Amino acid sequence: MILGSVALGLYMVELELSPQKLKLFSWHKWAGVTIFMLAVIRVLWRFVSPPPPYPDMPAWQRMAAHATHGAIYVLIFAIPLSGWLMSSAFGFQTVYFGVFPIPDLLAKNKELAESLKELHEILNIVLWLLLLAHVAAALKHHYVDRDAVLYRMLPLAKDPTGAK
Amino acid sequence: MKAVLWLCGLFWSVVASSAPVTVVDHAKSEIKFVSKQMNVPVEGDFKKFQVQFVFDPDKLASSKASINVEMASIDTGSSEGDAEVQRKPWFNTKEHPRATFQSSSVKALGGGKYEVGGKLMIKGRSKDVAVPFTARKVTDGTLLEGAFSMNRKDFGIGEGAWDDPETVAYEVQIKFKFLGKSK
Repeated sequence: MILGSVALGLYMVELELSPQKLKLFSWHKWAGVTIFMLAVIRVLWRFVSPPPPYPDMPAWQRMAAHATHGAIYVLIFAIPLSGWLMSSAFGFQTVYFGVFPIPDLLAKNKELAESLKELHEILNIVLWLLLLAHVAAALKHHYVDRDAVLYRMLPLAKDPTGAK
Repeated sequence: MKAVLWLCGLFWSVVASSAPVTVVDHAKSEIKFVSKQMNVPVEGDFKKFQVQFVFDPDKLASSKASINVEMASIDTGSSEGDAEVQRKPWFNTKEHPRATFQSSSVKALGGGKYEVGGKLMIKGRSKDVAVPFTARKVTDGTLLEGAFSMNRKDFGIGEGAWDDPETVAYEVQIKFKFLGKSK
């Protein structure tokens, strides 16, 4: 969903203004609201079902993993939030599915809107860099360290090493 | 005899035009519009317009207004929106740089409310409209405030691909506020 929303976002901003573009912007905003709500559910679920402890690895790796995970969590909230605030500042309210109006926290302000737009873009780039690092690290654990880290992420896969 | 008539005519025209045309404080006046895009109300406004009005609640018959709106001064909220609405399917500002309103009658609706009837011309097409407004004395003059709805299709605003009420509704609300300075 995040992937699709980012692809849609990258595509739609390049379009000339058209009815199609207005539609895509709305869909993108609805997707953002949905992602935000899923992020809330994800964090609640983390409390219900905490992740297993990290396996043995050097302290710096543990810290890096911890920081990356934390940052990704922050970003899955911050990116939709920045998009919503940007929309408010541009004067285009977000109305979920065209039915549920989400209040504008900010008054119309073009300069602030432009800054928020940049923030929205930068946060997305940071998210993708972190995801790249996350995926690279997971693959490294799987193929280089040959440990069970990848299995602990996958709900259905059985850990062949039997380690927990 | 001809000269007398001419003088009478001159005298009459001076009297008739001596009704005070109110000078409008444009910095404290506004013309806004609200369109619904994807069912979301979006507000914009026109930065440049000229308004002249004569308003006297006791002499409604001689009350009148004329308004000129510079269409290129539109602010839709986004620069690409501003550029788009100048184009042919929308306002075609190259060929129709101005929208105008010329009143023909003013009547009282009671309770400080009035209605002005007149011709609204946008994009070269004109239509009779009746616009309700209120008039009240404020510290620096007379404030006329009103709002009405129009159908953008009546004026050919947003044609072609934009002729789609799902993305941009046909109905557009116009809100105005004109401050006439007291002398």
